[in-house]
Amino acid sequence: MSLNRREFLKTAAAGSGGLLLGLQARPAAAAPVHLPPEAVGILYDATLCIGCKSCMVNCKKYNTAAPGALALEGRTTPPYETGAAGVWDEPRDLSSKTLSIIKVYKSGTAVNKDAVENGYSFVKQHCLHCASPSCVSVCPVGALRKDPVNGVVFYDDSRCIGCRYCQLACPFRIPTYEYESASPKVRKCQLCRHRIAEGKYAACCEFCPTGASIYGRVEDLKAEAARRLALQPGTEYRFPIQTASATNFSTRAAANYQKHVYGLNEAGGTQYLLLAGVPFALLGLDPNLGDKPLPDLTWGYIAKIPAVMVGVLGAGALTWSVTRRRNAEKEG
Amino acid sequence: MSRKEIKFLTPTTLVLLLLLGIGGAVGIYRLQNGLGSVTNLNNLWPWGLWISLDVLGGVAMAAGGFIIAGTVYVLNWKKYKPIVRPAILNAFFGYLVAAASIFFDIGQPFRVWHPIVMWQVHSVMFVVAIHVVLYSSTLALESSPMVFEKLGMGGAYRFVNRIMVPIVIFGVLLSVLHQSSLGAVFLILPTKLSPLWHNGLLPYHFLVSAVVMGLSMVSFEAVLSRRAFGHETDMGIMSGLARGSQIALGLYLLMKLWSLITGPGLGAAFAGDFAGNMYLLEMALGVLLPLALFSMAGFRSNLRGIFAANIVVIVGILLNRLNVGIFGLAGYASSLGADYFPSFGEFALTGAMVAFAVLGFKLSAMYLNLYPKAEH
Repeated sequence: MSLNRREFLKTAAAGSGGLLLGLQARPAAAAPVHLPPEAVGILYDATLCIGCKSCMVNCKKYNTAAPGALALEGRTTPPYETGAAGVWDEPRDLSSKTLSIIKVYKSGTAVNKDAVENGYSFVKQHCLHCASPSCVSVCPVGALRKDPVNGVVFYDDSRCIGCRYCQLACPFRIPTYEYESASPKVRKCQLCRHRIAEGKYAACCEFCPTGASIYGRVEDLKAEAARRLALQPGTEYRFPIQTASATNFSTRAAANYQKHVYGLNEAGGTQYLLLAGVPFALLGLDPNLGDKPLPDLTWGYIAKIPAVMVGVLGAGALTWSVTRRRNAEKEG
Repeated sequence: MSRKEIKFLTPTTLVLLLLLGIGGAVGIYRLQNGLGSVTNLNNLWPWGLWISLDVLGGVAMAAGGFIIAGTVYVLNWKKYKPIVRPAILNAFFGYLVAAASIFFDIGQPFRVWHPIVMWQVHSVMFVVAIHVVLYSSTLALESSPMVFEKLGMGGAYRFVNRIMVPIVIFGVLLSVLHQSSLGAVFLILPTKLSPLWHNGLLPYHFLVSAVVMGLSMVSFEAVLSRRAFGHETDMGIMSGLARGSQIALGLYLLMKLWSLITGPGLGAAFAGDFAGNMYLLEMALGVLLPLALFSMAGFRSNLRGIFAANIVVIVGILLNRLNVGIFGLAGYASSLGADYFPSFGEFALTGAMVAFAVLGFKLSAMYLNLYPKAEH
């Protein structure tokens, strides 16, 4: 009997070892992530940004009333971090009251715009509306979803249980949470989705004076970004203002761009694309994300669950009947 | 087998009741005033002590239930029958603690039922939620014979015993899936979780380490029962559990080494940074030391030694859960200027959870037939 047990354990150990190696959750070869047909987004050009923060102010202003992304029962004025309504609040980071924020990179004397040494550059941080969003993938109840037509990643608070897995999973650290509230919501940019029905678009783009933030179909934004990257630094260029298909332009010399559009391929691609004169890592944008969508890592595990179910139930039933018979034979 | 009459109001029980009271008050305050009022969780540290210790640790501790139940009812190793009831009860309380901790941790506790009706099958968290519900029910069923017996409900008792084998097989399936899916929760964090822990095999690391921890918990409890209730467990069982621990630890060590060497490399563990040091500590306590001890001739029949080794394993595997949930994420969070240390409230609620499990087990030992006379 003890010899049989030893053999059983050895076989079980070897078998499970082999099984475990085979079950290693490697992501499947990355399937290209297709954006929805009418995917819209924002192109932010840090070289055009002067840090006026008109985008931040208007983001708060136009998201306060329901069904905006900052709406809250009883809230009649834009939420400020501290102080009374009407006070410009200078937030340091994204928060449950700040969906979009301008941050700055500075080095040395910080006199050279969009330069690394003794330079400075602004960056606008908000939800990137990923093509394959981690937050949508990890939400257990589907409170965060991606619009199938325009691709906006939006939030349905009626479903949310507040597990905050979205906060953990977002590779860009975007979703914020109302820890201060007894009935908290997740807060993040929703691309002014509530304004689309009125024929309007993202407030940050509508009120950006320099054209640093422009709104449009992602395909048009990608084409615009490609045109800018093809320019020789110093060449005069007509930069569209507010939208990609603009009627107002700002003519100025093109800056010395980093030859990369951030969000083109990162984590499977995003609908918020960025251009800059300094390396994106200096602007807090993770350079190590790779091109594969992060949800693939999890799906590699989940997809095996049906097989595990069949395997364990089958093996369990088989083991029980075999060992019971063996016990009966021994005693009989 | 003699059993001391179990007194309820001992000094230990008073301490546990105090912990329960303080933690309970904190819990109520949390429900009324929100997470920020009681925890130090923030946007860059959304998960902390409650998830890493209470939930991850609580579920790992409960693995003993499915292992012993599976051993007795599926493998038909009747030698372990005497410990099947305490093992299942231990698992049941482990899950109640995990479920209660989830209830208090989520931002909207009274919506905890949402995943049952709102499905999102790409989410591992959804898988975990469904499994917690199903497995808690399974454990309740597996624990019910003790209750039916006490209440004299012979018909119900006989019925449950007739379907016990399928229930146990279902319980093994659920346990395999949710022990591993808790590890899978962290798969989507390749840029945030240190490569010392993040790798494709993380779900299976969680599963095997849960087996390690489960075996140690069952053995640990058997020794504690001897001290607290005067109940002796057959030395053959204790040695058998120790042997199981040795084998599971050996497998776990191989898996951890494989992932380390094919991942960041052996040098990463010895880099001298915070993550490396926590990894070494976890490996020393949770794997190397107990494996060495359990492998020594004669050690597996030494009750005192087994007890000590169990404690080391339990601490080591809990440290692994803390590493995956907190310390392994610290490097990334610190680089963003984020900070986290559990608040008094977080410690208080955790203390209440532990007290709840211990008191619950004690009450069960007092009022249910936890240690039925051996059948021959």
